[in-house]
Amino acid sequence: MGTNAISMRGLTKTYGRKRAVDGIDLDIESGEVFAILGPNGAGKTTTVEILEGYRDRDAGDVRVLGTDPQGANRHWRNRVGIVLQSTTGLDLLTPREALRANAKFYSQTRDLDEVIHAVGLDEKADARIAGLSGGQKRRVDVGLGIIGRPELLFLDEPTTGFDPQARRDFWQLIRSLADEGTTIVLTTHYLDEAEALADRVGVIAGGKLLALDTPTGLGGRDTEEATIVWEEAGTRHTLRSAEPTAEVGRLSARFGGEVPGLQVTRPSLEDVYLELIRPHVDADALAAGSTTGEVAR
Amino acid sequence: MNALAMGWERTLLELKMYSREKEAVFFNFLFPILLLVMFSTIFGGQFSAADKAAGMNAGRLFLPGLIAAGVMLTSFQTMAMSVTVERDDGTLKRLRGTPMPPVAYFLGKVGLVLATSVAQLIALLLVARFLYDVQLPTDAGRWLTLAWVFFLGSFGGTVLGIAYSSLGTARSIGAVVIAPALVLQFISGVYFAFKDIPSWLQQVAAIFPLKWVAQGMRSVFYPYALASQEMAHAWEPGRTAIVLGLWAIGGLLLCAKTFSWYKRGTT
Repeated sequence: MGTNAISMRGLTKTYGRKRAVDGIDLDIESGEVFAILGPNGAGKTTTVEILEGYRDRDAGDVRVLGTDPQGANRHWRNRVGIVLQSTTGLDLLTPREALRANAKFYSQTRDLDEVIHAVGLDEKADARIAGLSGGQKRRVDVGLGIIGRPELLFLDEPTTGFDPQARRDFWQLIRSLADEGTTIVLTTHYLDEAEALADRVGVIAGGKLLALDTPTGLGGRDTEEATIVWEEAGTRHTLRSAEPTAEVGRLSARFGGEVPGLQVTRPSLEDVYLELIRPHVDADALAAGSTTGEVAR
Repeated sequence: MNALAMGWERTLLELKMYSREKEAVFFNFLFPILLLVMFSTIFGGQFSAADKAAGMNAGRLFLPGLIAAGVMLTSFQTMAMSVTVERDDGTLKRLRGTPMPPVAYFLGKVGLVLATSVAQLIALLLVARFLYDVQLPTDAGRWLTLAWVFFLGSFGGTVLGIAYSSLGTARSIGAVVIAPALVLQFISGVYFAFKDIPSWLQQVAAIFPLKWVAQGMRSVFYPYALASQEMAHAWEPGRTAIVLGLWAIGGLLLCAKTFSWYKRGTT
């Protein structure tokens, strides 16, 4: 802890006249699980691909594991694991064959059976990948990403297409990687996933970092007014309060114990997130007419 | 592991995938062999006893052209199609994100082409010799010619195929590759005797490497007297080497200039 796995200052990338990434400053600590949230076409993928060494930036300073990823060499790639949004082209192999082939590229690898077990593919290890379900194929991708024992792992929407149980299992895997000290950068559309896994989340929209906080603290939602709902004389009453505990105490005293239909809620991560990105989503939708940008990938 | 060892590993993996892809095995690997069997069967009756006494039969007539076609199929066609598909489906991008040295990928492809094309050549020769009684050369000089024409043709086909892969997408590449390849085979003397093709079309064919591979192969397998039926009334080994060499170098340069690990429109 304390040192930064990733550090960027004034990161900028322009496509034609569009500023896809517009001056982002961000540090991600070693050993941290960091989630990047943002609507499609917001600059999220571009940012991550610059960090992964896939794209060149136009301006700004970037250090990933102490090295500039632009033109980084094999030794750097040996320390980084990348799970792309979708991988195909492995249909003719089995998970075991694909993992074994990938392991040859790295200097220190995890045990093959251990990885197969960790990603939950014990039963499918020797079946053709073509015949696996979407979620199982995704686990092959994750296995390929972690076989080289990376210090830093990028996961791009890793659980798309997973059933609920598979997602829980996957989260457990990510937590165990984090426990071993792996720094994890996760992009996701699932806010519950960010909430369950991330130490911190960053919201990117319009090429800018709009918010940066812990999942519980994002947008000040831990200190924001809570909404109290209860029923009285057949009608629903709603009250917003900065001191919900005191309010509930007063209600309880008035009812002489239980308050009928009581609910106390704070804005969910989703509420806060949607509120944050609203201006950008509207502006983008107007500018683009319909859907462009990342959809084409 | 060094780049060479990784290239070898990639070769083994490529071969494993190739052998599991039934369409590739059929259309690229077995196709020329199948054609040799078909042509020998269909045209076998058109050769007189005198032809046969002189050592000419249908198998011998078609063998050089089909070897040339095989070189193009296993190098150019396989390469163009597989690299396009791998670029579009993200395989190349994924590999780029690993510590694999880029050259290992190309070595794997070269290994795949070498292994499949040599196996195909041997199969063609065995079928021709033992099923259709084709006389194979007995002097070392002709075998040497076979080796260098085959090598230059395969190498050129491989690099040109990789360069050509940038022209299509996974969806279009089938048509983008197969149609020109088929036309080229027709005008380069693969399916017809080259001498029967109109001379202006021969001139067109002479721009492309396939004609020269086929001609080189004829110089290996045809009786010496048939050199008089060529465009220049000779086998022209020197010119063959120059044309194939230029295509190989040009392909290599084009490859280095145009190769991309990423799908069009994503960077």
